[in-house]
Amino acid sequence: MERDEESSGLMMEMCTNGGGEETSNRRPIISGEPLDIEAYASLYKGRTKIMRLLFIASHCGGNQTMQLEALRMAYDEIKKGENTQLFRDVVNRINGRLGDKYKMDSAWCESVDRRAEQKKGRLENELSSYRTNLIKESIRMGHNDFGDFYYACGLLSDAFKNYVRTRDYCTTAKHIIHMCMNAILVSIEMGQFTHVSSYVNKAEQNPETLDPIVAAKLRCASGLAHLELKKYKLAARKFLDVSPELGNSYNEVIAPQDVATYGGLCALASFDRSELKAKVIDNINFRDFLELVPEVRELINDFYSSRYASCLEYLGSLRANLLLDIHLHDHVDTLYDQIRKKALIQYTLPFVSVDLSRMADAFKTSVSGLEKELEALITDNQIQARIDSHNKILYARHADQRNATFQKVLQMGNEFDRDVRSMMLRANLLKHEYHARAGRNH
Amino acid sequence: MNSAESLIKSIQGLSASPGDLSALHGILKKAEDSLRNNWDVQLATLEELDPSIHSLGYLYLLEGLTRGSVSKGKTSGVVLLMARFINRCDAGQIRLASEKFVTLCKRFKDRVLELEDPLRGVAPLVSAVRKVQVSAKCLTALHPDCLQLCLEAKCYKAGFSILSDDILEVDQPRDFYLYCYYGGMICIGLKRFQKASELLYNVVTAPMYQLNAIALEAYKKYILVNLIHSGQFSNSLPKCASTAAQRHLKSWCIPYYEVGNRYNDGKISELEAVVVAHSSDFEKDNNLGLVKQAVASLYKRNILRLTQKYLTLSLQDIANMVQLANAKEAETHVLQMIQDGQIHALINQKDGMVRFLEEPEQYKTSEMIEVMDSVIQRTIGLSKNLIAMDESLSCDPLYLGKVGRERQKFDFGDDFDTVPEKFSM
Repeated sequence: MERDEESSGLMMEMCTNGGGEETSNRRPIISGEPLDIEAYASLYKGRTKIMRLLFIASHCGGNQTMQLEALRMAYDEIKKGENTQLFRDVVNRINGRLGDKYKMDSAWCESVDRRAEQKKGRLENELSSYRTNLIKESIRMGHNDFGDFYYACGLLSDAFKNYVRTRDYCTTAKHIIHMCMNAILVSIEMGQFTHVSSYVNKAEQNPETLDPIVAAKLRCASGLAHLELKKYKLAARKFLDVSPELGNSYNEVIAPQDVATYGGLCALASFDRSELKAKVIDNINFRDFLELVPEVRELINDFYSSRYASCLEYLGSLRANLLLDIHLHDHVDTLYDQIRKKALIQYTLPFVSVDLSRMADAFKTSVSGLEKELEALITDNQIQARIDSHNKILYARHADQRNATFQKVLQMGNEFDRDVRSMMLRANLLKHEYHARAGRNH
Repeated sequence: MNSAESLIKSIQGLSASPGDLSALHGILKKAEDSLRNNWDVQLATLEELDPSIHSLGYLYLLEGLTRGSVSKGKTSGVVLLMARFINRCDAGQIRLASEKFVTLCKRFKDRVLELEDPLRGVAPLVSAVRKVQVSAKCLTALHPDCLQLCLEAKCYKAGFSILSDDILEVDQPRDFYLYCYYGGMICIGLKRFQKASELLYNVVTAPMYQLNAIALEAYKKYILVNLIHSGQFSNSLPKCASTAAQRHLKSWCIPYYEVGNRYNDGKISELEAVVVAHSSDFEKDNNLGLVKQAVASLYKRNILRLTQKYLTLSLQDIANMVQLANAKEAETHVLQMIQDGQIHALINQKDGMVRFLEEPEQYKTSEMIEVMDSVIQRTIGLSKNLIAMDESLSCDPLYLGKVGRERQKFDFGDDFDTVPEKFSM
């Protein structure tokens, strides 16, 4: 139900042109404007919502209002759950700044802990009784319940262990997938992305065809894993393959806006031009995701049509908000750097000579700064050109293959000469050594 | 007396043909002991013999003469005598008693060094080397001595003429190490860093079971020469170096490793700081001059890198990028490099601009074809040598014995035996 409302709301956004009262809370959430925390948080549910809010609170720099807003929402969310550790944490960070309503509620903590103890005892009893009865299904459910319980309390490694233990009691493919999904969820929360990859593989090896939503979820998870391991090309491919049926069904991990952003940026940083066109711009499925983050869509189109100034402008404006994203935070700088380098290379590719001052205007930088960047790219052999520093022009330079071949051949001849002679000398020395030894022995 | 006279007669009589010579050789060997003590007699008898015809006899007598210790005054005379003999003797006869000849020459070298006049010994020893050498591929025991004298006398060109042989056969490892080490030093003196690098490389990678001092010193110089010549430094030894070398050389060469690492970073100021910090170590090893050359070469290396990236560059920019003091110094460096042929460029003094040109070599001239042809011929020759060596080794009984012993007894995997059955245990 909720899903339908949201998607229809978004369609309304596309039809109306201006911002009206009813569409004001449907503005694109990841945009150049300062982050609307409430709207952002509403994209997620469960533990990831809390973790993202806490991340924003710790990384929003000096912005007090944003920090307090995030902490307040985190407090409310935690109170709905059973995680007393996080509660204590949040209270410490709020430090009384939000007034009486948001201070330490030890009564609540104690009651939650007591309930948790009771529940734990009950679950243990149940599990031991199931074990004695040796009913596979009940043991599996028992371990699952334990896993859910630990997850809610925030004891992630115990939750993981219990989920994994259900593997021995899984009888149908559905059980296995259920286990994999739980394991993936906990691994993402723990930040152990190697486990994520392995469980995604396990789920995908399932002989039955997967439910498309489950398949999309698995691809998102695998994309996240690749992103964390800095394999941007693979991450981009995975994200671009996510079918739009995902909708909001995986928002205990990731929102569709994130799929669009991560996929778009990784693709831009790692794909070459033809792949970019085929897999991103012409990709009908992904277009639905890109509609959710129009700025990312615009910047990809700008890059492809060589409007570098506006592309870099969008990137700049998105930067602040992207740094607040829990998964993308560590990679923003690398991705931006790669995108900028690609832009520079793509700019110089079609020309025989390029006027550096015009290029500097296009990239919003000074001529000397541009010279330095180009110098780095030339050294890395990503641009074949030489700089005329006197007239500030970049000249394309195509290496003379014929001369280079001759040079290499001569060099190789010399090296062979040296190596073979040294080798024969060494062989002779060894032979002498050996003969000397043999001589002594006889 | 009588024995001396009869000896002289036999020498004079039997020095004509090879058959006679072998008979003479036998007589001389028997007479060796009796000759030992009679100094004055021997000097007189020597007068009667002609070094170029009676070389073998002369050799024996001279060797006996010089065996004992000689007083200072007579040393010069003896040295003169020896020099004359070495210059004039007949190579064929000498080779019959090459060990004696070698001992004689070594003694000659020692005396010359005592007299502190190494220049006198250079020419004789060079000719001695040529005479003892059976073929151009063999290393003799005299090579290192000759090179040592050339180094002492600073006669690099003479030493270099010996180095241009392609040595392939080696008898004594120690001779070989010394040969390569001294040879490397001579090439450094002549600023032929390519060949120096090759020679020192041979020492460093020579098979050895224990580290020896020659290899250590050679390795230190090798690092520095490589920096000057190609700007490359790697933290690890080449793979073909012996395990003993790989394990132990590093710990003795730490200051040099630091120089190499700073060189790779490319910053002049840090490199100079390291050099100053370790200058006492370098002085102790007599390598300070080389180190300074390496530092100078870093400037050149940095300027060379600039030619890859720029078409034109102002002298001031070059000075800034390479961390030189001012544009004037940059100009001097660039000028020097153009004259040495390391870069191709034009300096425009009016604008203070340097324009880098492409390498003019088009590989289209007939000289270039000749160069390529000679390289090809050389390579073919080397391949033939390699194959011949392989074949001779596979027929060598010692080698076959070793392989036979180490072959596993119940190895049913191979369809055929690489080594015949009779060589098994």
